[in-house]
Amino acid sequence: MPHNADLVCDISQELPIPLAANFTCKAGEVLAVVGPSGGGKTTLLRMIAGLTIPKQGRIQCGDVLWFDSAEAVMLTPQQRHIGYMPQHFGLFPHLSALDNVIAGLDHIPKSERKQRALDWLERVNLHGLPNRLPAQLSGGQRQRVALARALAREPAILLLDEPFSAVDRETRERLYIELARLKQQLSIPVVMVTHDIHEALLLADKMMLISQGKMLQQGQPFEVLSHPNDEAVARQMGLRNIFDGEVVEQDVERNMTWFKLGEELIISDSAPPLAKGQAIRWVIPNQGIRFNAISSGRLCKSINKLDVMIESVLVMGESSRVIASVIGIGSILNADVPTHLVEKLALQTGVQTTIALKSEQIHILNTP
Amino acid sequence: MDWQALLLSVKLSSFTVLLLIPLAIIIGRGLAYFQFRGKSWLEALILVPLVLPPTVIGYYLLVGLGNQSFIGGLAEQLFGQQLVFNFSGLVIASIIVNIPFAVQPIQRAYETIPIDIRDAAACCGMSRMRIFLKVELPMVWPGVLTALVLCFSHVLGEFGVVLMLGGNIAGETKTISIAIYDSVQAFDFDSAGMMSLVLLLFAVSALALTTSMSRRLGGLNATQR
Repeated sequence: MPHNADLVCDISQELPIPLAANFTCKAGEVLAVVGPSGGGKTTLLRMIAGLTIPKQGRIQCGDVLWFDSAEAVMLTPQQRHIGYMPQHFGLFPHLSALDNVIAGLDHIPKSERKQRALDWLERVNLHGLPNRLPAQLSGGQRQRVALARALAREPAILLLDEPFSAVDRETRERLYIELARLKQQLSIPVVMVTHDIHEALLLADKMMLISQGKMLQQGQPFEVLSHPNDEAVARQMGLRNIFDGEVVEQDVERNMTWFKLGEELIISDSAPPLAKGQAIRWVIPNQGIRFNAISSGRLCKSINKLDVMIESVLVMGESSRVIASVIGIGSILNADVPTHLVEKLALQTGVQTTIALKSEQIHILNTP
Repeated sequence: MDWQALLLSVKLSSFTVLLLIPLAIIIGRGLAYFQFRGKSWLEALILVPLVLPPTVIGYYLLVGLGNQSFIGGLAEQLFGQQLVFNFSGLVIASIIVNIPFAVQPIQRAYETIPIDIRDAAACCGMSRMRIFLKVELPMVWPGVLTALVLCFSHVLGEFGVVLMLGGNIAGETKTISIAIYDSVQAFDFDSAGMMSLVLLLFAVSALALTTSMSRRLGGLNATQR
């Protein structure tokens, strides 16, 4: 089977559901396909697997052509030799964990199957559980059996459909670490479908945003998060601080743009081609906002200072969501602040304080 | 007790389930897995024997399989015997009448197999036949067993269609239900009572088994989710 082979996919269709995607996933790379439910993520994964046939396009893994509508090439899932982990794992309920893994090993001699399956169950930390039925395993254990089954095949690519959605938070975080560790050992393309941006940021080398069947943006996860192409991408990435502005000045050499939010002057460390006086939309992530300590006046030397009134503080474990309105403008800002800082800075509902927007995190959006 | 009629009924039931169950697996699987134009009509057609009086079905089969019909004529030409008033005709009639009893439980069982499992089986590299034998059949077997028990017991007690199509020929078309009717007509209530008790016991056992199978199927599906 071809290893160290890149996956190249360029497909499109209008019916039965519209879907268009064009991407490459290199061997050893994890590509996260991110988007809302019903956006076409699972359909895309099923097309790569050969479970659904796209109307047009081409899918190639290394030198092997899997699908080509022009040349009428259509390899079955069996011929593609993939490792696929469906959302609910797809374990055969009447077979033990061991037999589930063996079920994917038809391509190797019968005498080697059991040992290979046991080795993989060991690798995913399922030592001592090979004879249990899926119903006798926890969600995390089931997920690992499914992963072992997919990987034991030594597949050309690994496809994961919402791999962490069916397990509890604690298990999920343990599995993140396991997948991150496993990622270093794999030399195949891994395509992971998820609706969770944080999962993509944590595990993926590359991410592709997809919504209503359209590919919105692809790139390195932090690049997409910090430089969304447009407002649709920004909203999909969960960015809430999206505002109007008006360009005052640009210095292309220093890569800076000055613009107005109401009457306040804001500086951004980016200079896309814009005209003076042009209306823009701009975004800043929740983490790009700093709060002033009431007593210390810590932000006195900062730029992009705004006076705000705190509307609410929502403690979410180690981090807190502070929602504040800009005084005199009314724009609502969402900021994620470590909870210990919220306490230290005495941030409470009704408190007036000053914030500073980090100029390097202000991103001016492309307008259609 | 008419042992010959009981044996004939058992023979008729056995032939019917042997021929009908594989056909029902194909139809039930197709209806569960595939969407196609006219599916609702096909499903309605399969259910028709449930709502039509047996005499009406018997009448149409008598007309459709009789010597004057295309099928009846062809069978006589090929095998040298007519389908009506004959055991082979009863088998065909029993298959048609019992299609809903066979297809429905199998279709329902197939519908409970999550798409994730079907996808995973294909992506495990298993051939279609291997998927059927190793994954599908073990998962739908309670449905298959339910279909088998329902059809067997239903054929055993079939009266209207058998009388219309087969008449009352001892050793050929006289089943246990016909024998009970005959006994009552002849005021032989001891014999009728004994044969009725045999059918009653069989029916209760069959239904108990079916209920137990359905529960098992429900339990199995719950663990898959």
